[in-house]
Amino acid sequence: MPYLLILPAGLWLIVFFVVPAVQLFATSLYDPSGSLATGYAMTGDLGNYPRALGDYWPQLLRSLGYAAVATLACLALGFPLAYAIALKAGRWRNMLLVAVIAPFFTSFLIRTLAWKTILSDTGVLVGLLRHAHLLGADGRLLATPFAVVAGLTYNFLPFMVLPLYASLERFDRRLLEAAGDLYAGPVAGFRRVTLPLAAPGIVAGTLLTFIPAAGDYVNAQLLGTPRTAMIGNVIDSAFLVRLDYPSAAALSFVLMFAILVLTVGYLRRVGAGALDAVS
Amino acid sequence: MRLGRWLADHWVLGAGLVVLAYLLLPVAVVAGLSVNRASSRLSYDFHEFTLDWWAHPCGSPGMCAAVVRSVQIGFLSTLVATVLGTLMAFGLTRHRFAGRGATSILVFLPMATPEVVMGSSLLALFGAARVPLGFATIVIAHVMFCVSFVVVTVRARLAGLDPQLLEAAADLYAGPWQAFRRVTLPLALPGIVAAALLAFSLSFDDFIVTNFNAGTTTTFPMYVWGAAQRGIPPQVNVIGTAMFLIALLLVALTMLRPRRARF
Repeated sequence: MPYLLILPAGLWLIVFFVVPAVQLFATSLYDPSGSLATGYAMTGDLGNYPRALGDYWPQLLRSLGYAAVATLACLALGFPLAYAIALKAGRWRNMLLVAVIAPFFTSFLIRTLAWKTILSDTGVLVGLLRHAHLLGADGRLLATPFAVVAGLTYNFLPFMVLPLYASLERFDRRLLEAAGDLYAGPVAGFRRVTLPLAAPGIVAGTLLTFIPAAGDYVNAQLLGTPRTAMIGNVIDSAFLVRLDYPSAAALSFVLMFAILVLTVGYLRRVGAGALDAVS
Repeated sequence: MRLGRWLADHWVLGAGLVVLAYLLLPVAVVAGLSVNRASSRLSYDFHEFTLDWWAHPCGSPGMCAAVVRSVQIGFLSTLVATVLGTLMAFGLTRHRFAGRGATSILVFLPMATPEVVMGSSLLALFGAARVPLGFATIVIAHVMFCVSFVVVTVRARLAGLDPQLLEAAADLYAGPWQAFRRVTLPLALPGIVAAALLAFSLSFDDFIVTNFNAGTTTTFPMYVWGAAQRGIPPQVNVIGTAMFLIALLLVALTMLRPRRARF
């Protein structure tokens, strides 16, 4: 009986997720001198990996770096918001939650293009910053690493806020009062009580933000320049423009592997038990 | 002194509201641009108020066809993903069986894989199997990445259900099928509806996976992407604003709906 229930979705995931992943791995071992028209020879050649890494390690490191900074920014911005909704909003709680999710429905491409307008050289924001001398007379925000990281932060912030909210919502505020009775100041109370209780949300949120951000290329394409290109841009153009399937497949696997190593390392450090909150 | 105390109590709320404003700012810009006539095609300055774009949303060639196609793909993918995902959620919640852990990992993996990897690996598969890219391959891809989110959402709802309700139903002489139809299904329904809404929004909004598997078929996000290279037609902002308003309306309707007992 349970097998009948899980079989349809399970088969779908195996045929269209697991098999493609295996196919992608096989593609990464193809002879790179072939082409889509003539077909590729399966040579089991591991050379695609060092070749792809040698050519594109700056984009790979940049992707992981941008994603890490964006994840930290999401945590810094998302924590006060999730805390405020869970513990301070009272009867406005549901309305604020809706306000966090609602921007999702305006397509994320359109919202990213809106950031292009907001950050543009002739926009109000750049004008203000130049006026306040926080930006040079010809300083710009668009087409800088700042714009790309800001775009990533913006697009993945709800993925941080929702799990943080889920773990803070169950938080009993009397625990903080108890900490106060035991002579803990606000900082000690936050560090010793709030933070450990929010840990599952922090772990889930950082993973849900970091993983898609590291693979994203829309923000780098719309808000950046070729000098801010991420690994996703390279994979995308290798598959769809240069039609160089073997090295594109190798890069996809390198990205997966880098994410896997970082995730496992991170979970071992913080304790995998924290992940129970997600599943 | 009072002010200091008030500030200490409320600064988190203030900071939270600032972050919320940051989340909503682009939506406000999109709404503003949807009623703006710019001074030239490539500039996005606020120049003149107009309702022309709202009156003629299909004035931009090809856009409405792309929106209709995205809605069709969204409905079809949502239907398939919701049915498959709900079945699996029931299987994972109500039963213990060999392979349950492996199934959970299989569900979790697509959510932990960057879209560019999922999209490109499907393309590698379709390419190797010589499947022509188009409407069908987009739906296949969308069902694939939506199904996990449906499983997780419905499962969370089912996990919160009190098993004693089923025992009570049995005590009242309900057979297993009746208990499912009259007790389990109504209680699980909000979770299933939430999962379907989530699946639709994921499908309607997806660009990266779609772009790999669409061939020459154009969905709305792909239309926006193409248009972004040559200057976005203002009607795009009308669609963005309309989607936002429809979502708010749906939420308002579900919140205002009178609750009645369903036993």
